[in-house]
Amino acid sequence: MTAARPEARRALRGTLAAVLALAFAIGAPLLAFAPPAAAQVSDPAPLRFRDGAEEARFRALVSRLRCVMCQNQSLADSNAQIAYDLRREVLDLMREGRSDAEIERFLVARYGEFVLYRPRVESKTWLLWFGPALLLLAGGVVVARIVRRHAGGGGAQVEADDGQEW
Amino acid sequence: MSASSRAGRWLPLAVFALLALLLGAGVWLSRRADRDVLPSPLIGKAAPAFSLPVLHEPGRVLTLGQLRGEPFVLNVWASWCVSCRVEHPVLTRFAETRRVRVVGYDWKDEPSDALAWLQRYGNPFWAVVSDYEGRYAIDWGIYGAPETYLVDAAGIIRWKHVGPLDDAIIARELLPALERAEAEARR
Repeated sequence: MTAARPEARRALRGTLAAVLALAFAIGAPLLAFAPPAAAQVSDPAPLRFRDGAEEARFRALVSRLRCVMCQNQSLADSNAQIAYDLRREVLDLMREGRSDAEIERFLVARYGEFVLYRPRVESKTWLLWFGPALLLLAGGVVVARIVRRHAGGGGAQVEADDGQEW
Repeated sequence: MSASSRAGRWLPLAVFALLALLLGAGVWLSRRADRDVLPSPLIGKAAPAFSLPVLHEPGRVLTLGQLRGEPFVLNVWASWCVSCRVEHPVLTRFAETRRVRVVGYDWKDEPSDALAWLQRYGNPFWAVVSDYEGRYAIDWGIYGAPETYLVDAAGIIRWKHVGPLDDAIIARELLPALERAEAEARR
């Protein structure tokens, strides 16, 4: 190294010391804050299916069920721990020979109706199922009436060209 | 201007008012902090049987049948559950009143982690069962810790709470449910 001027060396040392101090100040608390080792027990192994038919039935069934933790996701989509557990349970039940309806009843008995992602069509849910169609119909009627009124009366109301440019 | 179009002027405002009313109703119905909690279909039904190892005594098994005769509170917790640490002082105070047995249900947790957690924060439980695989949790409708159940002397689930307990919930819901259960058992 060429002989640096004393001021430059001092400045360099000062900068280095400042950087080290900063790194220590930031790093030490981070090291102290090591997260606890506790973790939820999970079986990371993906589910293995015996054949394509089983897999297809499984995927169809879990997409009709709701994840009880992440409640706006289907059981098929959710990554919550309980979703893993429930998917495994559904596969076990399928392999026991239960039908789709029995599996749905099994889960409803434990978690309530909300576990069905697709709500049942019954008097409580008529508004949910048919409401949008009814709204669309009502909107269509309103539009039709407005159009008819303009088409019927509009021609008479529009004045003949009165010489103005606009 | 014709009469119908004069009335028709108010139509968009009326539609808006109706939609605003629907929005208001939706917001009002969702006002509670526990709106996402699933109501348990097991209330009033027999508690699902279980047979699980006791955390502090490896080799010993505790079953639901062994708990019959007196009501008990089942608290689902785990060392990985942050809210469980929040409710722990409340639960400890309640357990120390010795009003009712508080059984701990250690859910999907390494026994060593659970033991360390209890060592560190204190053990309020009458006994702790360890459900490492979550075998019986699905039968109980458990989907997130902490959850707390009240089971009466006959083994019927009387009350369930999802989320951390606080003194208000214990006073307002748990204790009255316990009193009702005990009164019915005496009849």
